[in-house]
Amino acid sequence: MSEGAATETTRPTETTPATVTLSFREAMRAAMTEAMERDERVFLMGEDVGAYGGCYAVSMGMLDRFGPERVRDTPLSETAFVGAGIGAAMAGMRPIVEVMTVNFSLLALDQILNTAATVLHMSGGQCNVPLVIRMATGAGRQLAAQHSHSLEGWYAHIPGLRILAPATVEDARGMLGPALADPDPVLIFENAALYAMKAEIADPVEVDIAQAAVRRQGRDVSLITYGGSLHKTLSAAETLAEQGIDAEVLDLRVLRPLDDAAINGTVRKTHHAVLVDEGWRSGSLAAEVSARIVEGAFFDLDAPPARVCSEEVPIPYAKHMEEAALPQPDKIVAAVKAVLGADGTEGGDG
Amino acid sequence: MAEFRMPSLGADMDAGKLLEWYVKPGDAVQRGDIVALVDTDKAAIEVEIFEGGVIDELLVRPGQTVPVGTPLAHVRSGATGEAAAAAPAEEVTPEEARATKAAPEEAAPEQVAPPPAPAAAQAPLAVVPPHATPAARAQGREVGIDLSDLRGTGRHGVITREDVIAASKPRAQEAPETAPAAPPPVPVPPIPAPGGERLRITPRARRLARELGVDPAGVTGTGPDGAITGGDVQKASAPPAPPMPKPTSTPTASTEAVASTHAKPSDERYAAMRRAIAAAMAKSKREIPHYYLGHHIDMEAALTWLEERNLERSLPERILPATLLFRATALAVAEVPEMNGFFLDGRFEPRDAVHMGIGISLRQGGLIAPAILDAQDKGLSALMTSVRDLVGRTRTLQLRSSEMSEATITVTALGDQGVETVFGVIYPPQVALVGFGTVAQRPWAKNGMVGARRVVHVTLSADHRASDGHTGARFLAAIDGRLQHPEEL
Amino acid sequence: MSDTVPLPTREHAHRLLERMVRIRRFEEACAELYQATKIRGFLHLYIGEEAVATGVMEALEPRDAIVATYREHGHALLRGTSAESIMAEMYGKQEGCSRGRGGSMHLYDDERRFYGGNAIVGGGIPLAVGLGLAEKLRGPGEDGYPVSACFFGEGAMAEGAFHESMNLAALWDLPVLFACENNRYAMGTALERSQSETDLTLKASAYRMPAWSVDGMDVLAVERAAKAAVDAIRHGGGPHFLELRTYRFRAHSMFDPELYREKDEVERWKERDPIALFRARLEEAGLLGEDDLAAIEKAAAEEVGRAIEFAENGTWEPVEQLVRFVTSEPEVTA
Repeated sequence: MSEGAATETTRPTETTPATVTLSFREAMRAAMTEAMERDERVFLMGEDVGAYGGCYAVSMGMLDRFGPERVRDTPLSETAFVGAGIGAAMAGMRPIVEVMTVNFSLLALDQILNTAATVLHMSGGQCNVPLVIRMATGAGRQLAAQHSHSLEGWYAHIPGLRILAPATVEDARGMLGPALADPDPVLIFENAALYAMKAEIADPVEVDIAQAAVRRQGRDVSLITYGGSLHKTLSAAETLAEQGIDAEVLDLRVLRPLDDAAINGTVRKTHHAVLVDEGWRSGSLAAEVSARIVEGAFFDLDAPPARVCSEEVPIPYAKHMEEAALPQPDKIVAAVKAVLGADGTEGGDG
Repeated sequence: MAEFRMPSLGADMDAGKLLEWYVKPGDAVQRGDIVALVDTDKAAIEVEIFEGGVIDELLVRPGQTVPVGTPLAHVRSGATGEAAAAAPAEEVTPEEARATKAAPEEAAPEQVAPPPAPAAAQAPLAVVPPHATPAARAQGREVGIDLSDLRGTGRHGVITREDVIAASKPRAQEAPETAPAAPPPVPVPPIPAPGGERLRITPRARRLARELGVDPAGVTGTGPDGAITGGDVQKASAPPAPPMPKPTSTPTASTEAVASTHAKPSDERYAAMRRAIAAAMAKSKREIPHYYLGHHIDMEAALTWLEERNLERSLPERILPATLLFRATALAVAEVPEMNGFFLDGRFEPRDAVHMGIGISLRQGGLIAPAILDAQDKGLSALMTSVRDLVGRTRTLQLRSSEMSEATITVTALGDQGVETVFGVIYPPQVALVGFGTVAQRPWAKNGMVGARRVVHVTLSADHRASDGHTGARFLAAIDGRLQHPEEL
Repeated sequence: MSDTVPLPTREHAHRLLERMVRIRRFEEACAELYQATKIRGFLHLYIGEEAVATGVMEALEPRDAIVATYREHGHALLRGTSAESIMAEMYGKQEGCSRGRGGSMHLYDDERRFYGGNAIVGGGIPLAVGLGLAEKLRGPGEDGYPVSACFFGEGAMAEGAFHESMNLAALWDLPVLFACENNRYAMGTALERSQSETDLTLKASAYRMPAWSVDGMDVLAVERAAKAAVDAIRHGGGPHFLELRTYRFRAHSMFDPELYREKDEVERWKERDPIALFRARLEEAGLLGEDDLAAIEKAAAEEVGRAIEFAENGTWEPVEQLVRFVTSEPEVTA
């Protein structure tokens, strides 16, 4: 059910005054710490966020710093503590609720969908819910079929929620602040495979929670992805570059509302789209993005959009089987080649 | 006098069946009394009355099903004692009373199907006439169906025109059908909307081709599975390339084209043409239920007449025998218009003008079937001129787009290849292809005598969705007939 | 128990009676308007249970928060949400208390801290815990904590949300009142057919929460119990549980043939009609004259008349505004 404590130090390593090298989990912790220092309405609650230090060690040390009232261990009662987060938010607090993984969030799905996402509308605009729910998502650690799924696409289906998927250390550091400032519920999906990833970033850093970001400029094909798949996609882009194919990589970052301008913009540039999504293919977020491309950039397409998604199977335990079930760089490369057809470098206007 | 109406007990309740009255005329009732038992789709539910008074008249009898809002009873107000709790309600000011009472009365016209006409209400316990839309009533009169036998599927159970049509269907099937055509009727499968031949071209390339004035048919695709991409179109537009006509084909012709590539075209163009032919013919064979008819025509009279005419003409003005065949075909179309036009959106659309596609093989390989526009208006000489012109321009690739896209029927003459019989594949969305083999001397029996006559075997490939064999046979007979009277050609 | 509650002052007695009558008359009009198709969707009536909301509401102050169920017209009415805006809401008009977006099951009044109108059974309970948690985090004021009062039916006690929430509230010592309106039927399923332990206070006791069972047909008993519980909660006593034993006289919703209970059972409970009982007791004690009753009924009828007139004259929100209130707008969240 949980992962061992982090091996890296809990204090960021200072490099220059303007930048620090942080792991993804340290960046999340720094963001929460900053938010709680800045605003006494902010508190963290969830299973094992306190004494244990967070099942992914994200909140390590925060209990000592803020005390048990504001770093609040909950019983294993997802419905109750997510619902309590909603109630506290409606009463003027700014809760950060941590759910261990998206798989467990299904125990609180009623509260998230039937209350958090609907109260504003049901009340005719009277009662907003300024709540942040964080949860781990994704596979790749041999945790099998009850700890490995990527269901953020389901949540991205729900009007009334904002869905974030930080894929970089910078976004891990920067997204929480604006999420807490949002008057409506925000869900942050942290791909657990990213927690140990390190990067040198500006600190503090300001990021938006509205737009997608181009992580690699390219001319021939647009690879559109988010979260844990970003790094596999960037790796695939490097392989393609060696073969003379210049791929652009768009990190969606915000899964709801989707940044249509960025999605259609990159497709209009490269005329080819390959979507990489760790969710299952049927009814996936990739399906939604694909549909939007066809709706919004049809006459700029030089090939049907292609998708690289997880195989339609509960994620298996055995390592080789798990790897086979997930999007991988070689699958992305193959998909790109199929989309580009015979002349791989054809495409861009530039 | 107040009305007690069929209540709505849920959004999914459109009508209710009165099972039992708990009251009778003359009974006093109080607001809130249970007065009737109503059967709904869910279960029997006891319904209460919201008006105190005396039951004056019951309008609906047990067993009747009526739409929500239909008056069930008339209630005389006042008279009897109200419940103590309700009594003060009588002290309500007139305005408030109106506001309260207005609600149920206004409900009926707004959201509920109109209750039965006043006449029905005045004749209590009469059978309530079926509730039907005007269109349904008209349809019922037209097809002679008694609407009271029908169960409505419309809102609030209203009988719709569709209900009447559905009910009348079995009768329509019992009616004798018109005599079937010559061949046994072929079950026609649902046809996807034909849109003519589709190039494998990306949306962007299609847009760029339009913007840059490039005919994409001549562009070699480099995209997935050979699709023409935007880049392909851009490359093609870069030098002022000669316009490349849209390749097309009949299967026989394309077979020939593959075999006779003396002067090999550029691989690229050839491949593109091959793909275009493949796409059009595959679509044809996939979608068009072909039927085939063959007929031998005695050409002796026509050719003898033509030879005499040609003696009077200078060499360039001479008319080739194939032109007789084209002319006869164009005139036969006037007699059997079912052969000329397009099958689009699931139905045949005849065309008045005969734009006759002529299969022309290219020396480089491949073939094209450009059209002689308005062939029906062209006499033999004009037709011959047109054919010469068309062949010349086809071989130098200078066709006009209308010639490429507007053919309403195609004629393939493969006589000069020594072919006796053509089994053609229709070029969608056309519905017929006429094939002529070689004109050759054959033993020919006539009037009990056998002689050597010049004969051509004409075949018809026709779309069974648009016509039947009977019609096709008339068409071939018409061509034959025209050729027996060459002076009228 | 009811006999032991002394009668209040004449003025207060009239207030309680008036409030119960207002709910009754308002909902009778709702039933009629529903059958006339003015009100649509689901309509759940509280008739027979009026003493519960009336008694509990007497114990609450404006600073307290309320979470109710889909059978909440009476609670909203007594909280001070106008009958006009409630009726307009049920008509689906934009003058409704939820702008016509909620309907009968989702009445909201943020200004009065009335947080619905929850139509997922048990779904409102965690919300109430969170409202209490916010107060706990902010700490008590000079007059103690604002109380988070949560109404739910006994059917909700079979939901996991109830048990998780009871545990959380007790564990964290939150200022929450759990008011269980036990009307004996979870829709059509009798208490005995849905609960292994039908003494509901024992379930609350398992969470180490003070729990009392109260005659929910006796408005004075309800009021007394609620005041005691709220007073304790307000001053740091932690969450309390009240089982208010009551009965709904009408069907679960309008489209309910009531196959699951006997008519004479309903008739027996109607003999304990909370309004009739209280009225009789007041009349017997000489605290209620005929004029008093007539005045109460007249006021209630006038309120209903005004509400219907308001709803009838209400307007439909332009459909162009359909996707408003999915996310916050600046003026809403300022």
